[in-house]
Amino acid sequence: MASEGGLEFHPMDQFVVTPLFGDGPVRWFTPTNVTLWLALVVLATVALLVLGTRGRGIVPNRSQSVAELAYGLVHKMIEDIAGKDGLKYFPHIMTLFMFIVFGNLLGLLPKSFTVTSHIAVTGVLAFAVFFTVTAIGFIKNGVHFLDLFWVRSAPLAIRPVLAVIEVISYFVRPVSHSIRLAGNMIAGHAVIKVFAGFAAIAAVAPISIIAVVGMFAFELLVAFIQAYVFTILTCVYLKDALHPSH
Amino acid sequence: MEGNIGELGQYIGVGLTAIGMGGAAIGVGNVAGNFLAGALRNPSAAAGQTATLFIGMAFAEALGIFSFLVALLLMFAV
Amino acid sequence: MISLLQEAATTAVEHSEDAVADAAAHGDAAAHGAAEAVGLPQLDITTFGNQIFWLVITLAVLYWVLSKIALPRIAAVISDRQGAITGDLMAAEEFKQKAKEAEAAYDKALADARAEAGKIVAANRAEIQKELDAAIAHADAEIAARAAESEKRIGEIRESAIGDARAVAREVTAELVATFGGSVDQGAVDAAVDNRMKGALQ
Repeated sequence: MASEGGLEFHPMDQFVVTPLFGDGPVRWFTPTNVTLWLALVVLATVALLVLGTRGRGIVPNRSQSVAELAYGLVHKMIEDIAGKDGLKYFPHIMTLFMFIVFGNLLGLLPKSFTVTSHIAVTGVLAFAVFFTVTAIGFIKNGVHFLDLFWVRSAPLAIRPVLAVIEVISYFVRPVSHSIRLAGNMIAGHAVIKVFAGFAAIAAVAPISIIAVVGMFAFELLVAFIQAYVFTILTCVYLKDALHPSH
Repeated sequence: MEGNIGELGQYIGVGLTAIGMGGAAIGVGNVAGNFLAGALRNPSAAAGQTATLFIGMAFAEALGIFSFLVALLLMFAV
Repeated sequence: MISLLQEAATTAVEHSEDAVADAAAHGDAAAHGAAEAVGLPQLDITTFGNQIFWLVITLAVLYWVLSKIALPRIAAVISDRQGAITGDLMAAEEFKQKAKEAEAAYDKALADARAEAGKIVAANRAEIQKELDAAIAHADAEIAARAAESEKRIGEIRESAIGDARAVAREVTAELVATFGGSVDQGAVDAAVDNRMKGALQ
Protein backbone atom coordinates (compact mmCIF):
# COMPACT_ATOMS: atom_id res chain seq x y z
CA MET A 1 0.00 0.00 0.00
CA ALA A 2 0.96 3.66 -0.36
CA SER A 3 1.90 3.96 3.30
CA GLU A 4 5.02 1.92 2.64
CA GLY A 5 6.50 4.81 0.62
CA GLY A 6 8.34 7.84 1.91
CA LEU A 7 5.31 9.46 3.55
CA GLU A 8 5.49 9.80 7.30
CA PHE A 9 1.74 9.54 7.62
CA HIS A 10 -1.07 8.31 5.51
CA PRO A 11 -3.25 11.07 3.94
CA MET A 12 -6.37 9.09 4.83
CA ASP A 13 -5.50 8.68 8.51
CA GLN A 14 -7.49 11.78 9.38
CA PHE A 15 -10.74 10.10 8.36
CA VAL A 16 -10.42 7.05 10.63
CA VAL A 17 -13.22 6.61 13.13
CA THR A 18 -11.72 5.75 16.53
CA PRO A 19 -13.33 5.36 19.93
CA LEU A 20 -12.79 8.30 22.24
CA PHE A 21 -12.02 6.11 25.25
CA GLY A 22 -9.88 3.02 24.99
CA ASP A 23 -9.24 0.79 22.03
CA GLY A 24 -12.41 -1.24 21.89
CA PRO A 25 -14.42 -2.01 18.79
CA VAL A 26 -16.63 0.71 17.32
CA ARG A 27 -20.19 -0.25 18.18
CA TRP A 28 -23.16 1.83 17.17
CA PHE A 29 -23.39 3.59 20.54
CA THR A 30 -19.64 3.96 21.23
CA PRO A 31 -18.62 7.61 21.74
CA THR A 32 -16.08 8.17 18.98
CA ASN A 33 -14.29 11.12 17.45
CA VAL A 34 -17.37 11.41 15.21
CA THR A 35 -19.44 11.99 18.35
CA LEU A 36 -16.97 14.59 19.61
CA TRP A 37 -16.94 16.59 16.41
CA LEU A 38 -20.68 16.32 15.90
CA ALA A 39 -21.09 17.73 19.40
CA LEU A 40 -18.66 20.53 18.55
CA VAL A 41 -20.71 21.33 15.45
CA VAL A 42 -23.79 21.66 17.65
CA LEU A 43 -21.88 23.81 20.13
CA ALA A 44 -20.56 26.07 17.38
CA THR A 45 -24.05 26.51 15.95
CA VAL A 46 -25.48 27.25 19.38
CA ALA A 47 -22.65 29.69 20.05
CA LEU A 48 -23.36 31.58 16.86
CA LEU A 49 -27.13 31.46 16.64
CA VAL A 50 -28.14 31.42 20.31
CA LEU A 51 -25.34 32.99 22.34
CA GLY A 52 -24.44 35.34 19.51
CA THR A 53 -27.93 36.78 19.38
CA ARG A 54 -28.61 37.00 23.11
CA GLY A 55 -28.29 40.79 22.97
CA ARG A 56 -31.32 40.91 20.66
CA GLY A 57 -30.06 44.32 19.59
CA ILE A 58 -31.92 46.45 17.12
CA VAL A 59 -28.44 47.47 16.09
CA PRO A 60 -26.65 44.09 15.92
CA ASN A 61 -23.19 43.40 17.30
CA ARG A 62 -20.68 41.35 15.33
CA SER A 63 -21.81 37.83 16.10
CA GLN A 64 -25.45 38.79 15.80
CA SER A 65 -24.93 40.25 12.35
CA VAL A 66 -23.19 37.05 11.26
CA ALA A 67 -26.11 35.03 12.61
CA GLU A 68 -28.55 37.31 10.80
CA LEU A 69 -26.48 37.01 7.65
CA ALA A 70 -26.77 33.21 7.77
CA TYR A 71 -30.48 33.47 8.51
CA GLY A 72 -31.01 35.92 5.66
CA LEU A 73 -28.96 33.84 3.23
CA VAL A 74 -30.98 30.67 3.74
CA HIS A 75 -34.29 32.52 4.06
CA LYS A 76 -33.77 34.38 0.79
CA MET A 77 -32.53 31.24 -0.94
CA ILE A 78 -35.70 29.32 -0.06
CA GLU A 79 -37.93 32.24 -0.98
CA ASP A 80 -36.21 32.81 -4.32
CA ILE A 81 -36.03 29.19 -5.40
CA ALA A 82 -38.80 27.24 -3.71
CA GLY A 83 -41.23 30.13 -3.31
CA LYS A 84 -43.19 31.41 -0.34
CA ASP A 85 -44.70 28.03 0.48
CA GLY A 86 -41.21 26.60 0.87
CA LEU A 87 -40.65 28.78 3.94
CA LYS A 88 -42.55 26.21 6.00
CA TYR A 89 -39.44 24.02 5.78
CA PHE A 90 -37.08 26.85 6.71
CA PRO A 91 -35.97 25.36 10.07
CA HIS A 92 -35.13 22.03 8.42
CA ILE A 93 -33.08 23.59 5.67
CA MET A 94 -31.41 25.96 8.12
CA THR A 95 -30.46 22.95 10.25
CA LEU A 96 -28.90 21.30 7.21
CA PHE A 97 -27.02 24.44 6.25
CA MET A 98 -25.65 25.17 9.72
CA PHE A 99 -24.67 21.53 10.23
CA ILE A 100 -22.80 21.30 6.95
CA VAL A 101 -21.14 24.69 7.11
CA PHE A 102 -19.82 24.09 10.63
CA GLY A 103 -18.95 20.47 9.86
CA ASN A 104 -16.87 21.68 6.92
CA LEU A 105 -15.26 24.60 8.71
CA LEU A 106 -14.42 22.75 11.93
CA GLY A 107 -12.96 19.97 9.79
CA LEU A 108 -10.35 22.45 8.58
CA LEU A 109 -8.87 22.85 12.05
CA PRO A 110 -5.59 20.96 12.39
CA LYS A 111 -5.91 17.49 13.98
CA SER A 112 -9.67 17.66 13.61
CA PHE A 113 -12.07 15.15 12.18
CA THR A 114 -14.30 16.17 9.27
CA VAL A 115 -17.74 14.70 9.88
CA THR A 116 -19.00 15.80 6.46
CA SER A 117 -16.23 13.88 4.71
CA HIS A 118 -17.94 10.59 5.54
CA ILE A 119 -20.29 9.11 3.03
CA ALA A 120 -22.34 7.67 5.88
CA VAL A 121 -23.04 11.18 7.17
CA THR A 122 -23.64 12.95 3.87
CA GLY A 123 -25.58 9.93 2.63
CA VAL A 124 -27.97 10.18 5.57
CA LEU A 125 -28.41 13.88 4.91
CA ALA A 126 -28.97 13.41 1.17
CA PHE A 127 -31.33 10.47 1.52
CA ALA A 128 -33.26 12.28 4.25
CA VAL A 129 -33.70 15.18 1.83
CA PHE A 130 -34.59 12.80 -0.99
CA PHE A 131 -37.24 10.86 0.92
CA THR A 132 -38.69 13.95 2.60
CA VAL A 133 -38.95 15.82 -0.68
CA THR A 134 -40.51 12.85 -2.46
CA ALA A 135 -43.02 12.45 0.36
CA ILE A 136 -43.86 16.17 0.26
CA GLY A 137 -44.28 15.93 -3.49
CA PHE A 138 -46.77 13.09 -3.29
CA ILE A 139 -48.64 14.55 -0.32
CA LYS A 140 -48.99 18.01 -1.85
CA ASN A 141 -49.66 17.03 -5.44
CA GLY A 142 -50.81 13.42 -5.36
CA VAL A 143 -50.41 11.69 -8.70
CA HIS A 144 -49.64 15.01 -10.37
CA PHE A 145 -46.21 14.81 -8.82
CA LEU A 146 -45.41 12.33 -11.61
CA ASP A 147 -45.78 15.23 -14.08
CA LEU A 148 -42.24 15.99 -13.05
CA PHE A 149 -41.14 13.08 -15.22
CA TRP A 150 -43.58 13.68 -18.08
CA VAL A 151 -42.25 16.75 -19.86
CA ARG A 152 -45.33 18.29 -21.48
CA SER A 153 -43.41 21.00 -23.26
CA ALA A 154 -41.56 18.38 -25.33
CA PRO A 155 -42.98 16.70 -28.48
CA LEU A 156 -45.05 13.63 -27.65
CA ALA A 157 -42.74 11.26 -29.49
CA ILE A 158 -39.71 11.89 -27.32
CA ARG A 159 -41.58 12.20 -24.03
CA PRO A 160 -41.08 8.54 -23.01
CA VAL A 161 -37.34 8.84 -23.61
CA LEU A 162 -37.25 12.02 -21.57
CA ALA A 163 -39.30 10.32 -18.86
CA VAL A 164 -36.71 7.56 -18.55
CA ILE A 165 -33.91 10.13 -18.35
CA GLU A 166 -35.84 12.20 -15.80
CA VAL A 167 -36.51 9.16 -13.61
CA ILE A 168 -32.88 8.11 -13.69
CA SER A 169 -31.70 11.63 -12.92
CA TYR A 170 -34.24 11.82 -10.09
CA PHE A 171 -32.90 8.68 -8.46
CA VAL A 172 -29.30 9.67 -8.98
CA ARG A 173 -29.95 12.91 -7.07
CA PRO A 174 -29.25 11.65 -3.54
CA VAL A 175 -26.13 9.83 -4.72
CA SER A 176 -24.62 12.86 -6.40
CA HIS A 177 -25.92 15.11 -3.63
CA SER A 178 -24.06 13.14 -0.94
CA ILE A 179 -20.97 12.20 -2.89
CA ARG A 180 -20.42 15.78 -4.06
CA LEU A 181 -20.10 16.99 -0.49
CA ALA A 182 -18.14 14.04 0.86
CA GLY A 183 -15.93 13.89 -2.23
CA ASN A 184 -15.04 17.56 -2.02
CA MET A 185 -14.14 17.21 1.63
CA ILE A 186 -12.11 14.02 1.18
CA ALA A 187 -10.27 15.40 -1.83
CA GLY A 188 -9.44 18.75 -0.24
CA HIS A 189 -8.22 17.31 3.05
CA ALA A 190 -6.29 14.51 1.35
CA VAL A 191 -4.56 16.99 -0.96
CA ILE A 192 -3.58 19.17 2.00
CA LYS A 193 -2.18 16.10 3.75
CA VAL A 194 -0.31 14.99 0.65
CA PHE A 195 1.33 18.39 0.32
CA ALA A 196 2.07 18.41 4.03
CA GLY A 197 3.72 15.00 3.64
CA PHE A 198 6.16 16.43 1.11
CA ALA A 199 7.33 18.95 3.73
CA ALA A 200 9.46 16.17 5.20
CA ILE A 201 11.78 16.45 2.19
CA ALA A 202 13.92 19.53 2.82
CA ALA A 203 14.35 20.50 -0.82
CA VAL A 204 10.66 20.90 -1.56
CA ALA A 205 9.54 21.92 1.94
CA PRO A 206 9.06 25.65 1.16
CA ILE A 207 6.98 24.91 -1.93
CA SER A 208 4.96 22.34 -0.04
CA ILE A 209 4.24 24.75 2.81
CA ILE A 210 3.15 27.46 0.38
CA ALA A 211 0.96 24.89 -1.36
CA VAL A 212 -0.59 23.87 1.97
CA VAL A 213 -1.40 27.51 2.74
CA GLY A 214 -2.92 28.01 -0.69
CA MET A 215 -4.93 24.80 -0.51
CA PHE A 216 -6.13 25.71 2.96
CA ALA A 217 -7.46 29.04 1.73
CA PHE A 218 -9.10 27.29 -1.21
CA GLU A 219 -10.63 24.72 1.14
CA LEU A 220 -12.10 27.49 3.28
CA LEU A 221 -13.87 28.71 0.16
CA VAL A 222 -14.90 25.18 -0.81
CA ALA A 223 -16.19 24.48 2.70
CA PHE A 224 -18.61 27.36 2.42
CA ILE A 225 -19.52 26.83 -1.22
CA GLN A 226 -20.29 23.15 -0.71
CA ALA A 227 -22.60 23.95 2.20
CA TYR A 228 -24.24 26.59 0.01
CA VAL A 229 -24.55 24.19 -2.92
CA PHE A 230 -25.98 21.41 -0.77
CA THR A 231 -28.59 23.82 0.60
CA ILE A 232 -29.41 25.34 -2.76
CA LEU A 233 -29.89 21.91 -4.32
CA THR A 234 -32.16 20.99 -1.43
CA CYS A 235 -34.19 24.09 -2.29
CA VAL A 236 -34.29 23.09 -5.95
CA TYR A 237 -35.55 19.61 -5.05
CA LEU A 238 -38.10 21.18 -2.74
CA LYS A 239 -39.27 23.41 -5.55
CA ASP A 240 -39.74 20.36 -7.77
CA ALA A 241 -41.83 18.78 -5.03
CA LEU A 242 -43.97 21.85 -4.42
CA HIS A 243 -44.39 22.86 -8.06
CA PRO A 244 -43.77 19.73 -10.15
CA SER A 245 -44.94 21.09 -13.49
CA HIS A 246 -42.03 22.17 -15.63
CA MET B 1 11.15 -2.74 -7.85
CA GLU B 2 8.94 -5.67 -7.26
CA GLY B 3 5.21 -6.15 -7.12
CA ASN B 4 2.54 -7.98 -8.98
CA ILE B 5 1.13 -7.05 -12.33
CA GLY B 6 -2.37 -6.56 -10.86
CA GLU B 7 -1.16 -3.78 -8.61
CA LEU B 8 0.54 -2.14 -11.57
CA GLY B 9 -2.71 -2.23 -13.51
CA GLN B 10 -4.58 -0.87 -10.50
CA TYR B 11 -2.32 2.15 -10.21
CA ILE B 12 -2.44 2.82 -13.94
CA GLY B 13 -6.21 2.64 -13.78
CA VAL B 14 -6.31 5.10 -10.89
CA GLY B 15 -4.16 7.49 -12.86
CA LEU B 16 -6.39 7.20 -15.91
CA THR B 17 -9.49 7.77 -13.82
CA ALA B 18 -7.98 10.89 -12.34
CA ILE B 19 -7.91 12.37 -15.86
CA GLY B 20 -11.69 12.42 -15.66
CA MET B 21 -11.47 15.14 -13.06
CA GLY B 22 -9.80 17.32 -15.66
CA GLY B 23 -13.04 17.12 -17.61
CA ALA B 24 -14.93 18.39 -14.60
CA ALA B 25 -12.43 21.22 -14.28
CA ILE B 26 -13.04 22.18 -17.91
CA GLY B 27 -16.78 22.02 -17.32
CA VAL B 28 -16.70 24.19 -14.21
CA GLY B 29 -14.44 26.67 -15.94
CA ASN B 30 -16.84 26.74 -18.87
CA VAL B 31 -19.79 27.49 -16.60
CA ALA B 32 -17.97 30.25 -14.75
CA GLY B 33 -16.51 31.75 -17.91
CA ASN B 34 -19.82 31.85 -19.72
CA PHE B 35 -21.46 33.32 -16.67
CA LEU B 36 -18.83 36.04 -16.56
CA ALA B 37 -19.21 36.73 -20.29
CA GLY B 38 -22.97 37.07 -19.87
CA ALA B 39 -22.64 39.09 -16.68
CA LEU B 40 -20.34 41.60 -18.33
CA ARG B 41 -22.81 42.09 -21.15
CA ASN B 42 -25.69 42.63 -18.79
CA PRO B 43 -24.40 43.28 -15.27
CA SER B 44 -27.83 44.17 -13.93
CA ALA B 45 -29.14 40.68 -14.59
CA ALA B 46 -26.09 38.95 -13.11
CA ALA B 47 -26.98 39.30 -9.45
CA GLY B 48 -30.16 37.29 -9.84
CA GLN B 49 -28.38 34.43 -11.56
CA THR B 50 -25.66 33.58 -9.05
CA ALA B 51 -27.81 30.78 -7.65
CA THR B 52 -28.11 29.29 -11.11
CA LEU B 53 -24.36 29.67 -11.52
CA PHE B 54 -23.70 27.66 -8.39
CA ILE B 55 -26.20 24.99 -9.34
CA GLY B 56 -24.60 24.68 -12.76
CA MET B 57 -21.14 24.47 -11.23
CA ALA B 58 -22.37 21.87 -8.77
CA PHE B 59 -23.77 19.70 -11.56
CA ALA B 60 -20.60 20.04 -13.62
CA GLU B 61 -18.47 19.28 -10.61
CA ALA B 62 -20.52 16.27 -9.53
CA LEU B 63 -19.39 14.24 -12.52
CA GLY B 64 -15.76 14.99 -11.76
CA ILE B 65 -16.41 13.92 -8.20
CA PHE B 66 -17.76 10.62 -9.52
CA SER B 67 -14.51 10.08 -11.35
CA PHE B 68 -12.64 10.91 -8.17
CA LEU B 69 -14.77 8.41 -6.30
CA VAL B 70 -14.03 5.71 -8.86
CA ALA B 71 -10.34 6.51 -8.48
CA LEU B 72 -10.61 6.13 -4.71
CA LEU B 73 -12.50 2.88 -5.05
CA LEU B 74 -9.88 1.53 -7.44
CA MET B 75 -7.07 2.66 -5.22
CA PHE B 76 -8.31 1.44 -1.88
CA ALA B 77 -11.25 -0.86 -2.28
CA VAL B 78 -10.50 -3.10 -5.25
CA MET C 1 -24.41 1.25 -5.59
CA ILE C 2 -25.17 -0.10 -2.13
CA SER C 3 -24.03 -3.59 -3.06
CA LEU C 4 -20.86 -2.10 -4.52
CA LEU C 5 -20.22 -0.27 -1.28
CA GLN C 6 -20.80 -3.42 0.73
CA GLU C 7 -18.46 -5.38 -1.47
CA ALA C 8 -15.90 -2.62 -1.19
CA ALA C 9 -16.30 -2.54 2.53
CA THR C 10 -15.83 -6.28 2.91
CA THR C 11 -12.67 -6.09 0.82
CA ALA C 12 -11.53 -3.14 2.90
CA VAL C 13 -12.12 -5.13 6.07
CA GLU C 14 -10.17 -8.04 4.64
CA HIS C 15 -7.38 -5.71 3.66
CA SER C 16 -7.31 -4.15 7.09
CA GLU C 17 -7.14 -7.56 8.69
CA ASP C 18 -4.28 -8.45 6.41
CA ALA C 19 -2.53 -5.21 7.26
CA VAL C 20 -2.97 -5.73 10.96
CA ALA C 21 -1.60 -9.24 10.60
CA ASP C 22 1.31 -7.87 8.57
CA ALA C 23 1.97 -5.16 11.11
CA ALA C 24 1.92 -7.68 13.92
CA ALA C 25 4.23 -9.95 11.95
CA HIS C 26 6.65 -7.10 11.35
CA GLY C 27 6.73 -6.33 15.05
CA ASP C 28 4.94 -2.93 14.84
CA ALA C 29 2.75 -1.88 17.71
CA ALA C 30 -0.66 -3.43 17.20
CA ALA C 31 -2.44 -0.31 18.45
CA HIS C 32 -0.66 1.81 15.85
CA GLY C 33 -1.66 -0.60 13.14
CA ALA C 34 -5.31 -0.38 14.19
CA ALA C 35 -5.32 3.41 14.20
CA GLU C 36 -3.80 3.63 10.75
CA ALA C 37 -6.09 3.98 7.77
CA VAL C 38 -6.05 0.91 5.68
CA GLY C 39 -8.23 1.23 2.67
CA LEU C 40 -10.61 4.14 2.64
CA PRO C 41 -12.02 4.85 6.13
CA GLN C 42 -15.17 6.19 4.47
CA LEU C 43 -15.93 2.75 3.11
CA ASP C 44 -15.44 0.96 6.41
CA ILE C 45 -19.02 -0.15 6.81
CA THR C 46 -18.53 -1.26 10.41
CA THR C 47 -18.50 2.37 11.55
CA PHE C 48 -21.62 3.39 9.62
CA GLY C 49 -24.03 2.46 12.40
CA ASN C 50 -22.07 4.51 14.90
CA GLN C 51 -21.91 7.56 12.63
CA ILE C 52 -25.56 7.41 11.64
CA PHE C 53 -26.67 6.99 15.24
CA TRP C 54 -24.75 10.02 16.47
CA LEU C 55 -25.64 12.02 13.37
CA VAL C 56 -29.35 11.49 13.92
CA ILE C 57 -29.02 12.58 17.55
CA THR C 58 -27.01 15.63 16.46
CA LEU C 59 -29.52 16.64 13.81
CA ALA C 60 -32.40 16.21 16.23
CA VAL C 61 -30.69 18.41 18.84
CA LEU C 62 -29.71 20.97 16.22
CA TYR C 63 -33.21 21.07 14.77
CA TRP C 64 -34.73 21.47 18.22
CA VAL C 65 -32.37 24.30 19.17
CA LEU C 66 -32.86 26.11 15.88
CA SER C 67 -36.61 25.80 15.62
CA LYS C 68 -37.35 26.48 19.29
CA ILE C 69 -34.77 29.09 20.26
CA ALA C 70 -32.51 30.49 17.59
CA LEU C 71 -34.72 31.08 14.57
CA PRO C 72 -37.71 32.60 16.41
CA ARG C 73 -35.33 34.92 18.21
CA ILE C 74 -33.59 36.06 15.03
CA ALA C 75 -36.92 36.43 13.27
CA ALA C 76 -38.21 38.54 16.17
CA VAL C 77 -35.11 40.72 16.14
CA ILE C 78 -35.34 41.22 12.39
CA SER C 79 -39.03 42.06 12.48
CA ASP C 80 -38.42 44.39 15.45
CA ARG C 81 -35.79 46.16 13.42
CA GLN C 82 -38.09 46.32 10.44
CA GLY C 83 -40.79 47.79 12.69
CA ALA C 84 -38.37 50.28 14.19
CA ILE C 85 -37.20 51.34 10.76
CA THR C 86 -40.76 51.73 9.50
CA GLY C 87 -41.68 53.65 12.65
CA ASP C 88 -38.67 55.89 12.30
CA LEU C 89 -39.47 56.53 8.67
CA MET C 90 -43.03 57.43 9.55
CA ALA C 91 -41.85 59.72 12.34
CA ALA C 92 -39.44 61.33 9.93
CA GLU C 93 -42.28 61.80 7.46
CA GLU C 94 -44.35 63.40 10.22
CA PHE C 95 -41.51 65.72 11.16
CA LYS C 96 -41.10 66.64 7.54
CA GLN C 97 -44.79 67.48 7.34
CA LYS C 98 -44.46 69.57 10.49
CA ALA C 99 -41.46 71.37 9.10
CA LYS C 100 -43.39 72.11 5.94
CA GLU C 101 -46.28 73.50 7.95
CA ALA C 102 -43.94 75.60 10.03
CA GLU C 103 -42.35 76.92 6.89
CA ALA C 104 -45.74 77.80 5.44
CA ALA C 105 -46.73 79.58 8.68
CA TYR C 106 -43.46 81.45 8.66
CA ASP C 107 -43.96 82.50 5.06
CA LYS C 108 -47.48 83.62 5.84
CA ALA C 109 -46.35 85.61 8.87
CA LEU C 110 -43.64 87.19 6.78
CA ALA C 111 -46.09 88.15 4.06
CA ASP C 112 -48.50 89.54 6.66
CA ALA C 113 -45.80 91.57 8.29
CA ARG C 114 -44.71 92.86 4.96
CA ALA C 115 -48.26 93.91 4.06
CA GLU C 116 -48.69 95.55 7.45
CA ALA C 117 -45.46 97.41 7.04
CA GLY C 118 -46.54 98.53 3.60
CA LYS C 119 -49.80 99.77 4.99
CA ILE C 120 -48.09 101.66 7.79
CA VAL C 121 -45.63 103.16 5.37
CA ALA C 122 -48.46 104.26 3.07
CA ALA C 123 -50.40 105.80 5.97
CA ASN C 124 -47.36 107.63 7.25
CA ARG C 125 -46.55 108.84 3.81
CA ALA C 126 -50.09 110.19 3.37
CA GLU C 127 -49.94 111.93 6.73
CA ILE C 128 -46.56 113.42 6.05
CA GLN C 129 -47.74 114.49 2.61
CA LYS C 130 -50.72 116.20 4.20
CA GLU C 131 -48.58 117.99 6.75
CA LEU C 132 -46.13 118.89 4.05
CA ASP C 133 -48.89 120.22 1.83
CA ALA C 134 -50.29 122.24 4.70
CA ALA C 135 -46.90 123.63 5.56
CA ILE C 136 -46.21 124.47 1.93
CA ALA C 137 -49.59 126.19 1.60
CA HIS C 138 -48.97 128.08 4.81
CA ALA C 139 -45.56 129.10 3.67
CA ASP C 140 -46.93 130.13 0.28
CA ALA C 141 -49.58 132.24 1.93
CA GLU C 142 -47.08 133.88 4.21
CA ILE C 143 -44.72 134.50 1.33
CA ALA C 144 -47.59 136.00 -0.67
CA ALA C 145 -48.60 138.22 2.29
CA ARG C 146 -45.06 139.38 2.85
CA ALA C 147 -44.62 140.01 -0.87
CA ALA C 148 -47.81 142.07 -0.92
CA GLU C 149 -46.72 144.07 2.11
CA SER C 150 -43.30 144.69 0.63
CA GLU C 151 -44.98 145.74 -2.60
CA LYS C 152 -47.16 148.14 -0.71
CA ARG C 153 -44.29 149.58 1.23
CA ILE C 154 -42.26 149.92 -1.90
CA GLY C 155 -45.24 151.73 -3.48
CA GLU C 156 -45.50 154.04 -0.49
CA ILE C 157 -41.83 154.73 -0.53
CA ARG C 158 -41.98 155.41 -4.18
CA GLU C 159 -45.03 157.73 -3.67
CA SER C 160 -43.33 159.58 -0.90
CA ALA C 161 -40.14 159.82 -2.89
CA ILE C 162 -42.01 161.23 -5.84
CA GLY C 163 -43.86 163.72 -3.59
CA ASP C 164 -40.60 164.81 -1.95
CA ALA C 165 -38.87 165.14 -5.27
CA ARG C 166 -41.72 167.29 -6.59
CA ALA C 167 -41.72 169.55 -3.56
CA VAL C 168 -37.96 169.93 -3.77
CA ALA C 169 -38.16 170.58 -7.52
CA ARG C 170 -40.90 173.22 -7.05
CA GLU C 171 -38.93 174.95 -4.28
CA VAL C 172 -35.73 174.82 -6.26
CA THR C 173 -37.51 176.13 -9.37
CA ALA C 174 -39.21 178.94 -7.45
CA GLU C 175 -35.93 179.92 -5.80
CA LEU C 176 -34.16 179.84 -9.20
CA VAL C 177 -36.80 182.01 -10.79
CA ALA C 178 -36.65 184.42 -7.84
CA THR C 179 -32.89 184.54 -7.97
CA PHE C 180 -32.92 185.38 -11.68
CA GLY C 181 -35.23 188.24 -10.82
CA GLY C 182 -38.43 187.04 -12.17
CA SER C 183 -41.70 187.23 -10.45
CA VAL C 184 -42.62 183.99 -8.95
CA ASP C 185 -45.84 182.69 -10.24
CA GLN C 186 -46.25 179.71 -8.02
CA GLY C 187 -48.93 178.12 -10.23
CA ALA C 188 -46.86 178.33 -13.41
CA VAL C 189 -43.83 176.93 -11.65
CA ASP C 190 -45.76 174.02 -10.30
CA ALA C 191 -47.26 173.26 -13.70
CA ALA C 192 -43.87 173.44 -15.38
CA VAL C 193 -42.24 171.21 -12.80
CA ASP C 194 -45.04 168.69 -12.94
CA ASN C 195 -44.85 168.70 -16.69
CA ARG C 196 -41.16 168.06 -16.61
CA MET C 197 -41.32 165.47 -13.96
CA LYS C 198 -44.03 163.55 -15.77
CA GLY C 199 -41.66 163.04 -18.59
CA ALA C 200 -38.81 162.06 -16.21
CA LEU C 201 -40.89 159.77 -14.13
CA GLN C 202 -42.26 158.03 -17.11
